[in-house]
Amino acid sequence: MGKTVIEKIITFHCSGDFNCEATPGSVVWMDLDVRTARDFGGPNVVKNLLESYESDRVADPGKTFFTFDTVAPANNIPYAQNQQICRKFAAENGIRVFDVNSGIGTHTLMEKGIVLPGYTAVGTDSHYNILGAINAFGQGMGDIDIAFAFKTGKTWLEVPSTVRVNLIGMPTELVSPKDVVLRLLQEFGASSLLGKTVELYGDYVTELSMDGRITIASMATEMGLITIFPEVSDRMMEFCKQHINANLEAVQADEDARYDSEYNIEIGNLKPLLAAPFHPHNVHEVSEYEGVKVDSVFLGSCTNGRIDDLEAAMEVLDGKRIKDGVMFKVVPSTRKIYQEAMERGILEKLFNAGAIISHAACAGCASGQLGMTGEDEVQLSTANRNFKGKQGKGKTFLVSPATAAISALEGKITVPV
Amino acid sequence: MNKQTKITGKIWIIKDENGCFVDDIDTDQIFHNKYLAITDIEKMGEYAFSNLDGWEDFPDKVKEGDILVVGANFGAGSSRQQAVDCFTALGVKLIIGESFGAIYWRNAVNSGVPILVCEGIKETRLNDRDEIEVDLLSGEIVRVSGSDPLPCAKPFTKIQKDIYESGSLLEYGKKVR
Ligand code: SF4
Repeated sequence: MGKTVIEKIITFHCSGDFNCEATPGSVVWMDLDVRTARDFGGPNVVKNLLESYESDRVADPGKTFFTFDTVAPANNIPYAQNQQICRKFAAENGIRVFDVNSGIGTHTLMEKGIVLPGYTAVGTDSHYNILGAINAFGQGMGDIDIAFAFKTGKTWLEVPSTVRVNLIGMPTELVSPKDVVLRLLQEFGASSLLGKTVELYGDYVTELSMDGRITIASMATEMGLITIFPEVSDRMMEFCKQHINANLEAVQADEDARYDSEYNIEIGNLKPLLAAPFHPHNVHEVSEYEGVKVDSVFLGSCTNGRIDDLEAAMEVLDGKRIKDGVMFKVVPSTRKIYQEAMERGILEKLFNAGAIISHAACAGCASGQLGMTGEDEVQLSTANRNFKGKQGKGKTFLVSPATAAISALEGKITVPV
Repeated sequence: MNKQTKITGKIWIIKDENGCFVDDIDTDQIFHNKYLAITDIEKMGEYAFSNLDGWEDFPDKVKEGDILVVGANFGAGSSRQQAVDCFTALGVKLIIGESFGAIYWRNAVNSGVPILVCEGIKETRLNDRDEIEVDLLSGEIVRVSGSDPLPCAKPFTKIQKDIYESGSLLEYGKKVR
């Protein structure tokens, strides 16, 4: 019988078990190509390793990394100490650290070619499944899981079933990948596909930019999915080939793969969407909230902090001024993106429009790293979560970069034109 | 190690002010990100549910050996182990729910905390502080005083049992190569 993408990746990585049949529901041991910990979760990983194992704590330092992105650089003493604990452990065990100047860990792994199509990778980041954007299987985990992965290079896994989703039609230019993924959240909610994997097909997907693929893959977690695999495309392969001379082979589903279910979702007439407080699946058309006064805007995160996203905002704001009283925070996802945005003059234009620009990290998405909201304040964020209390006392709406930018300009929620 | 496979305890049902199960409780509501720098399990208990409306006083109310009964998609959101450990710190012995966030589920299994999915638990007439007995290996749930039928939870999987018996995934890690 044929296999889906995830079933194939798991089968290729079956560990020590001769009969590993990666069928949905079976529990298998899987070898890991990459395992990482961030500054969040990392110190607990180190603590687990030191307390549980006397020696041989890291199976393969070459496949093991720390990526500091959550509170980068540390803005309080406990985080500073936690990062120091990880640095020390890394030095003692020959582990490479992508330190606080690098940017978001998962993006760094993709940019540097550390994770490639068909790979398996785990880290202390619930959005690790973003690696689905390059056809790799990433799984976010807690610190016990990751300590075990550092120690053994393996993990256990209940093989998820796969749902096939076909995107039908081509939306207009006013509709961004963020709007498309919000449409998926509107359709599937936070848990109707809980614990499953989605393969995403359609002309829209094959033509999507790498940055757009990342945006869509990044919100699998909000749907309760294990991961989203956008169909393999030439643009994706080009991106991955920047790092490797050898032939790269992506993993594709067999023709006769067995799907749990199949959905067709029409996106041809899609309008810009937003997620209203306090759930990412509380999705509405932006027009329904048109005119709501906006206090602050955050453009960044692993969902929308890439060049496409900064550029989309720049196109709206070029030569204009953000409304007085609106705080507009811009954070590129990685140092490399920061550099590119700088060299191409994107940052300068955003700056001249009144933006606050911060160094690459999770920033506005992680706890208080780049400001919180006060009671009743309205924040627009291009990130992936608007849970109550996550970003302060106020209300957060999730939007696309274009909606974020035009709303900052007008000082109120506005539909992109 | 011989671990208990039947667990008896009084339950806390995580409902809102209208008496409805709260679904989609995310890890920021269970253990807010502002406390994430804490690495000592004992210190995590006092922050459990500190960001969940109406449940902020849970750490004062809960007793050692209590059982948590939750709705659908409990523990959605981040990968923080603290969202499981904070209940361990408070002595919670078992978590039963309609369904769980995938990472939350793993985190509980890996730390040796008994966790069971019980589809239909939301429809039962269980009340707060009822005492129930749960068989981890068969999934059977019975009310200690009473005979009305209760839905059955999905029993432990093999890996879940192995890890539970070892104490945690890390202990289990000493045995596997
Ligand atoms: S940007 Fe936010 S969601 Fe993404 S990895 Fe960082 S903290 Fe997590």
